[in-house]
Amino acid sequence: MLRFLVNRILQGCVLILIVSMIGFAVINLAPGGPLSQYAMTPGMSQADLDRIAHQMGLDRPLPVQYLDWLGNMLTGDWGRSYRDQSPVLDVVWRHLGATLLLMGTSTAIAIALGTMVGVLGALKRYSIFDYMATVGAMIALSIPTFWFGLVAIFIFSLELGWLPAGSMYTVGDQSLGDYLIHLIMPSLVLALVNVAIWSRYMRTATLDVMHQDFVRTARAKGLPRWRIVSAHIVRNALIPMITLAGLQLPTIIGGALVTETVFTWPGLGRLFIDSLGYNDYPVIMGLLMFSAILTVIGNFLADIGVAFADPRIRLG
Amino acid sequence: MSNPQTAPLSSPATTSVPTRTSALRRFARNPRLRKFMRHRLAMAGLVTIIVLTLACFIGPYLLPYDELYIDLRARFSPPLTGAHIFGTDPLGRDIAARLFSAGQISLTVGFLAMVLSTLIGTAIGLVAGYFGGWSRVGLMRVTDAFLSFPSIFLMLTLAAFLRPSPTMITLIIAVTSWMEVARIVEAEVRGQAGRDFTIAARMIGAPHWWIMFREILPNIMGPIIVAATLTVARAILLEAYISFLGYGIQPPLPSWGNMLNNAQQYLDSAPWLAIVPGVAITLAVTSFNFIGDGLRDALDARSVN
Repeated sequence: MLRFLVNRILQGCVLILIVSMIGFAVINLAPGGPLSQYAMTPGMSQADLDRIAHQMGLDRPLPVQYLDWLGNMLTGDWGRSYRDQSPVLDVVWRHLGATLLLMGTSTAIAIALGTMVGVLGALKRYSIFDYMATVGAMIALSIPTFWFGLVAIFIFSLELGWLPAGSMYTVGDQSLGDYLIHLIMPSLVLALVNVAIWSRYMRTATLDVMHQDFVRTARAKGLPRWRIVSAHIVRNALIPMITLAGLQLPTIIGGALVTETVFTWPGLGRLFIDSLGYNDYPVIMGLLMFSAILTVIGNFLADIGVAFADPRIRLG
Repeated sequence: MSNPQTAPLSSPATTSVPTRTSALRRFARNPRLRKFMRHRLAMAGLVTIIVLTLACFIGPYLLPYDELYIDLRARFSPPLTGAHIFGTDPLGRDIAARLFSAGQISLTVGFLAMVLSTLIGTAIGLVAGYFGGWSRVGLMRVTDAFLSFPSIFLMLTLAAFLRPSPTMITLIIAVTSWMEVARIVEAEVRGQAGRDFTIAARMIGAPHWWIMFREILPNIMGPIIVAATLTVARAILLEAYISFLGYGIQPPLPSWGNMLNNAQQYLDSAPWLAIVPGVAITLAVTSFNFIGDGLRDALDARSVN
């Protein structure tokens, strides 16, 4: 167990290191570079630019800059945002809550709905419901999330006027109900793709479990059908889903990015898009690192979760 | 993921008696083709893609408007005003004309990105699966690293800092979507490497490249074709994502994604700006996914469930 943990942590660190190198190289080797923002300022001479570059340490060789950045990052100094000079970690922290709220709600919805659809599809295999769920899932996987968001806004905000078109709360009214109303549409839109993926895997997992000996035993004991399904089939089919939840994390983060943009949700995804627009290098780099770290932790937790949920698995 | 233990694809037509029928007849009788033709959704997808491609590549010649022609007097015409079937945009440009030439770009980007990423993935999977050992550990670790990273962040960063020409966007999509193919090919190759014909080829002294490309590769074409079809769908979606966010194909060049770029601010007054390109994207992506599903049923011996 310990060896497994150490191994996985080392792997995660290597992954994060690779991501940081790619990100750093891309950002710094691109034409323009971190100074492109200043270069457009009127009255800025080459001498001024050189002075700023020197001040920011940009005239040093790239590997030196990278090691410097890496050292700072490890000690908790992720640099300062070019936009308002506040520390990157503070900026990330300020936007983290909104993203976690959106991702958490949407994942909970996706798991609940996906499990239901998947299990029902497997139990009533080749029925009309199963067929519709299969085709529906494939269509859901093909709709661009942002466009689905636009259509939802058009129908439910503009035409019907039931739900707010964006943002996280109404200014002046920040009650719980207000948050909830703002949360409905983005979390459902973000959940759509994951319901599709989750239900497909859940269907396969349920079919795998359904014909195993312990299910037959449970049936032979005369257990009621709902108990066989809930206590024996679904419980065991959910075990491989824990790994899937970890693997889906990048998809959810990516989906959150466009969903936040469409619904003007003040989370990390919007922060990323805004920072790209401003060439805010330290924040972009920080968010790249943050998403990589989040992914590694997610996969790690999923591995441990599986080990706890499934007594047959021995890590080592 | 793919299980290396399962039976690989059997080579076709070894059992059928050679006859003098023409090649076309033989092709039409191919059991895999027939199986594919019976897959209704896949056929619907195939027809949709053919119609869509024809519309995109021939349509512009049939329309009275150029995709760049600006007519400010005809701004925001709703669909079916005069000859504007799908209406006009905020500059009075014909949406049908833009949709079709955007389709040329989006479909081409999706197709080329698929070709590139399939080549990368197949090469990496072949080498990793065939040679095994350290090359496998190293290559598959890199593949996992790419897989476990939210590729949209990396893609947007690349697109924002490199010059986003159609070629560059194609490259960026290819570089961030070869991993699935690599994993599938690696697993399949590992299953083939120990089989009799591979061992026989090695015994008669065939070089490694011969065994890889002439012995193993033809046997695993089925899964590769399926993965490639699904990659086209993915690539079209990815192009739409980056272009929607403003870092993909740059105006005035239209793409399905960047047509949606400004659509949100006119959602109230001109909803067709958002609806028309979105339907095109969804149709194209759904069709490729359906075709991929049909091909999987037809080509893949394992698709029992």
